[in-house]
Amino acid sequence: EEEEEGEEGWCYQLYPGHIPTSPLQKALLAVGSAVMALRDPYRHDMVAVLGETTGCLALPSLRDKMKHHPEGYRILQERPRIRLSTLDMTKLQGLPAGTLGREYVRFLEDNKVSPDTRMPPKFVDDEELAYVIQRYREVHDLMHTLLGMPTNMLGEVVVKWFEAVQTGLPMCVLGAVFGPVRLSTRKLQVLATELVPWAIRSGSNASCVLNFYYEQRWEQSVESLREEIGIFPPP
Amino acid sequence: AVGLCPCRLLLLRRDGALRALRGCVRGLAAGPETHFGFQTVTEAERREKIYQVFESVAKKYDVMNDSMTLGIHRVWKDIFMHKMNPSPGTLLLDVAGGTGDIAFRFINYVRAVRERQLQQKLKRQQNLSWQEISESYREDKSKSLEDSQVVVCDINKEMLKVGKQKAQNLGYSEGLSWVLGNAEELPFDDDKFDVYTIAFGIRNVTRIDLALQEAYRVLKPGGRFLCLEFSHVSNPLLSRLYDLYSFQVIPVLGEVIAGDWKSYQYLVESIRRFPPQEELKAMIEDAGFFKVDYQNLNGGIVAIHSGFKL
Repeated sequence: EEEEEGEEGWCYQLYPGHIPTSPLQKALLAVGSAVMALRDPYRHDMVAVLGETTGCLALPSLRDKMKHHPEGYRILQERPRIRLSTLDMTKLQGLPAGTLGREYVRFLEDNKVSPDTRMPPKFVDDEELAYVIQRYREVHDLMHTLLGMPTNMLGEVVVKWFEAVQTGLPMCVLGAVFGPVRLSTRKLQVLATELVPWAIRSGSNASCVLNFYYEQRWEQSVESLREEIGIFPPP
Repeated sequence: AVGLCPCRLLLLRRDGALRALRGCVRGLAAGPETHFGFQTVTEAERREKIYQVFESVAKKYDVMNDSMTLGIHRVWKDIFMHKMNPSPGTLLLDVAGGTGDIAFRFINYVRAVRERQLQQKLKRQQNLSWQEISESYREDKSKSLEDSQVVVCDINKEMLKVGKQKAQNLGYSEGLSWVLGNAEELPFDDDKFDVYTIAFGIRNVTRIDLALQEAYRVLKPGGRFLCLEFSHVSNPLLSRLYDLYSFQVIPVLGEVIAGDWKSYQYLVESIRRFPPQEELKAMIEDAGFFKVDYQNLNGGIVAIHSGFKL
C-alpha cells in the first residue's frame, strides 16, 4: 500500500540520480540556487542545480547541434565520460608538452582539481539531455585548458563568458554577468578591456565545443586544436 | 494533487511486485517489512537509512528547522516546555534530543523558576535577623540549577556532536549530560526519571511500541511521558495547503540550504506515514500509561501527547 501523496516520487526515475520535479519545484529551485550561488560562489552544487533547472531551452538546442555534427553525433551515441577511472593519467603525463593531454593534466595538477568532482545531473527530465549537461560539465576543465584560464574567480568568469556565448545556458549567462561582482577593480579592468572581448569573440567564432571527441585527441597539440575549434589565442 | 498518469502507476505496480518477491526471500533473513517514507524496506534497512539521513543533515539541522517552519518550531518547543512545567530538582530524559533544543529550554525554565523562588524568598526575608540571614546564605550556596538534571540521549553520533558543540557555544555546562543510545533499548535502569520527552524523534523510531515500553520502564512511578511530534491535519483546506508546502517547498529548501533533497523528501513522507493523534494515543495507553491525552498545535500540524506512569 504505497501512497502517491501528490508527488511523482522515485518511480519516475529516468536515470540514476534523477529526481523528478514539478514545474513549481523547478522554479523554486532556480530562484533558490541562484540566490545561494551568488551568496557563496563555492557552492558548486547550487551552480549545477541552477544550470539544470534553467536549461530547458538551451539543452535541447545543444543536443541538436551535437546530433547534426558527425563527431558530436558519435559522442551522443558512445557517451564517453571524463573520469579519473577512465583516463590513463600516466600516459597523458608522458605526452609531449603542448599536447592537449599533457596540458590538461598540468592544468589539473596546478589547480589541484579533479574531473571527478562534477555533480551528476538530478533535475533534468530527459535522459539524453542529462548526458548533454554532464558532458558540458566534464568538458569545462578542458575549456580552462584551451582558454589558458586558471580556476580562480577571474579565470572562471572568463570561461563563463565563453561558455555563455557557446551554449546559451542561462546559468552561464548569470555567472558571467554576476561573477565579476566579487572581483577587485584592477581585475575588473583587465576583464572588461581584454579578457571578456576575447572570450566573446572566440565563443562566437568557435564551433560548438561539445562536438569534439577530446578523448581521441589527447595527442593533438593545444594550438592546432584551438585553430580547429576556432578559439583565438589567449591574451 | 499533481495529476496521476497510467504509466506511472504501472511502474509503481511492477516495482511493488518485484519488491514483494524480494521481500519474501529477504524477509526470511532480514526481518519484517516496514516503511521508509513511501518506500517499503526491512526494519534493518530503515534503521540504517534513518541513521544516514541524520548523519547527513546534522550540521544544518537547526538552520533547516528554522527555514522550513519559518521559526515556528521554536514556539512549538516553548509551548511544550510550558506544558511540562518542570520544577527545580526534576530529572529529565530527553530522547532523540540530538541538538539539544529541549534540554536547553529545560535548563532555562528551571533556572527561571528557581530565580523566581529565590526572589520571593528574599522578599520574605527582608525583616530577618542577621543570624537567620547568614544561615540562609549557607543553604543557598548551591547554584540556581540545584539538582535539576537533563540527560540527552540520541542514537546518532553526529547529532550529539552538534548538540555538545552548541551547549559549549551557548554556555550550558552543568546539569547536562549526553548519552549515545537507542530509544528502543535505553541504556538506563528502571524507574529512574521524572520526565521523559521525545520531540520530533518518535517518528524516526522503527518500533514505536518498543520505544514506548522503554519510556514506561525508565520513568519513576508518577513520572510523565511527553511527546512532541508532527501529526495529522483534519481541516481539508489547511491539509491541502500543508501538503502543497510540504511536498513542493520543503525538499527544495533541503536541496538549496543543505544540498540534500532526499533527506527532506524522507522527512515529509515520514510525517504522512506516522500514526494520527488517536492512534498514537492508543499506542501510548498500550504501553501502560494513564491519563493519556493530546493537544493539537496549529490545527494538528503538530501534537503534544502526554501520559503518566501511575
